Amino acid sequence: MQQQSTGAEILTGAEILARSLKDEGVEYIFGYPGGAVLHIYDALFKQDAVKHILVRHEQGASHAADGYARATGRPGVLLVTSGPGATNAVTGIATAYMDSIPMVIITGQVNTWAIGSDAFQEVDSVGITRPCVKHNFLVKDVKDLAETIKKAFYLASSGRPGPVVVDVPKDVTALTAEYHYPESVNIRSYSPVEKGHSGQIKRAVEMLLAAKKPMIYTGGGVVLDNASEILVEFTKLLGFPITNTLMGLGSFPASDRQFLGMLGMHGTYEANMAMHDCDVLLAVGARFDDRVVGKVEEFCPYAKKIHIDIDPASISKSVIVDVPIVGSVSSVLTDMIAQLKATEVKTDADALTQWWNQIEAWRKQDCLRYDTKSDIIKPQGVIQKLHEITKGDAFITSDVGQHQMWAAQYYGFNKPRRWINSGGLGTMGFGLPAAIGVQLAYPDETVCCVTGEASIMMCIQELSTCLQYGLPINVVSLNNRYMGMVRQWQEFFYEGRYAMSYMDALPDFVALANSFGHVGLRVESPADVEAALKEAIADTKRLYFIDFVTDQTENVFPMIAAGKGHHEMHLPAHMTAERDLA
Amino acid sequence: MKHIISILLENESGALSRVAGLFSARGYNIESLTVATTEDPTMSRMTLVTSGSDQIIEQIIKQLNKLIDVVKLVDLSEDEHIEREMMLVKVKSSGPDREELKRLTEIFRGRIIDVTPRTYTVELTGTGGKLDAFLQALEAASIIETVRSGTSGITRGDKGLSL
Ligand SMILES: Cc1ncc(C[n+]2csc(CCOP(=O)(O)OP(=O)(O)O)c2C)c(N)n1
Repeated sequence: MQQQSTGAEILTGAEILARSLKDEGVEYIFGYPGGAVLHIYDALFKQDAVKHILVRHEQGASHAADGYARATGRPGVLLVTSGPGATNAVTGIATAYMDSIPMVIITGQVNTWAIGSDAFQEVDSVGITRPCVKHNFLVKDVKDLAETIKKAFYLASSGRPGPVVVDVPKDVTALTAEYHYPESVNIRSYSPVEKGHSGQIKRAVEMLLAAKKPMIYTGGGVVLDNASEILVEFTKLLGFPITNTLMGLGSFPASDRQFLGMLGMHGTYEANMAMHDCDVLLAVGARFDDRVVGKVEEFCPYAKKIHIDIDPASISKSVIVDVPIVGSVSSVLTDMIAQLKATEVKTDADALTQWWNQIEAWRKQDCLRYDTKSDIIKPQGVIQKLHEITKGDAFITSDVGQHQMWAAQYYGFNKPRRWINSGGLGTMGFGLPAAIGVQLAYPDETVCCVTGEASIMMCIQELSTCLQYGLPINVVSLNNRYMGMVRQWQEFFYEGRYAMSYMDALPDFVALANSFGHVGLRVESPADVEAALKEAIADTKRLYFIDFVTDQTENVFPMIAAGKGHHEMHLPAHMTAERDLA
Repeated sequence: MKHIISILLENESGALSRVAGLFSARGYNIESLTVATTEDPTMSRMTLVTSGSDQIIEQIIKQLNKLIDVVKLVDLSEDEHIEREMMLVKVKSSGPDREELKRLTEIFRGRIIDVTPRTYTVELTGTGGKLDAFLQALEAASIIETVRSGTSGITRGDKGLSL
């Protein structure tokens, strides 16, 4: 195509990339260099608008960009080289995809003429990432580069967010074109629906007002849409009980009486029982994940179901709902609030009182009670202390396992975007690099990475990145010398055959932290937990790695075995004992 | 139930693999798939035949719509539509069989498009069912090869699938 000269600057592809990122308002780009992206690195070197953070492994770059995105709501950006750079990033891309996190990934590619020839460091990045991205592009012409970057940011952050890969061959970064960064782009096949169908919203409101045992169940969609305040207003207006998924924690304050805790596999007794018994269920920005639903046939068996979601494909995917509403959470809830305020109809106060009495009886069973007198450190106790010291306001990233569930259950998140974990993919290794992204976004806030001694080893190299950028992250490692969650399943379902779940030959974590230039502490007695946490958090200059030597036999309760109903929980000893007495 | 889904697809490299990848990743089955460009060179038209419960078909349509390369789609089975498939069959035939095969081809409104002393090649167009019936009418052992295009379809009436 013949292009009219517009007097615009002529830039190389690499410069166009750097300028596009700047014009997009990108603050940080996480990456690792290599042959295919050297022109881009050179262009980044010559500017200072976009700050590059050098990680120690591309998986770290992808989780760091992801953590940044989860904490800020702005797309996380990473840059990796072709071949192994791209494949190393795939775990992080899939992690972001499963949790609908906006991310733009720039992967280097071999020269256009070499594509398909098994060239050095060539992989089909578009092919490899296709099933775990919202969309991806291979840029074959430098003239398309700026617009493609714009499209990538637009797709990543609109509708149901997600990662978008832009694969850029090396020659494209060397060739030149006029630079013009579009203000907006139009993609003819893509127009996410924001506003919910008014008829459906009316039906939903009527159904909610008529409910005798209502339940609100909300997920990561509320966080992603920054709809937490609207959700709180809505829930207060109705006075209904509410539960959050693992991804939704913080979108409704945990300290509020209406909050029943998390639901699902490791949800509270009261949340799961209320789900099982409710007569109207309102699902908001939640996707009926199998860890939440358990056995589909026994999921909320008595309830009429309403589902608000931006993604039509999430609706009636596993659980069939009665009133589907496609739209953004904030828009639909705002419309519902308006209707609730306008109507004369009131909620059924008597029925609600009875329902709350039932819920309080469940809550009184205190399903999260644990032994607070033990002279071995209880992992739950560490999390509770952390909550006390940080007043529930810290950013908590986590890895995957028991420690993740304890953080979710015991931290008590009162604000959205403070709980940063890999819910959908369950990626061990996520926590530390994610904390890097969070700490860079919020340099003055307390950031803690709650981890296990197995998970932390999966991205331990990022301790080096933390030193380079002076990030005072607090690594709270609950060291039970087991892959605890694996051990728990083996105890429950494999008669205690602990196949390969013991972490033998562990490093001396204190020495390890020291060798990376950080402060390491080992804590072995419950009496020392508080002082160690306080010391670490008070020091806003240095990274602390606290190795808490915790009870090896502790399990996460309650627990619903995979494929069971919400009323079939494994409960802690004090509850089963009371039940046996009754 | 069988569904014929007709799709307008961006004519981009990789668009086809996104559709195919969606089906394999989510375990949906594809009975047939045809694709070619349209009068608008930026778009391809794909016809995809699949089957499943109403819930699965609903998911397939939603998931397809979610692909950025899918511009528009319609489930033809929901409306009055015409479907056609083309088949080429090479059949062993010599001696008295040849007359019989010619008659059969005429009954099915097919055409013999290539002849050798020992074979006939027949071209036949129709619904998948009609092509199946023709194959059944042949003696199985006489078939050397069959090549089917997969189903294409279009709605009846004056409306069409366009931007
Ligand atoms: C990359 C990866 N590999 C394997 C698993 C499976 N897995 C889930 S939890 C877990 C054990 C985690 O152990 P640790 O980090 O010590 O945490 P704990 O459960 O002891 O708190 C494993 C292996 C996973 N989630 N991610």
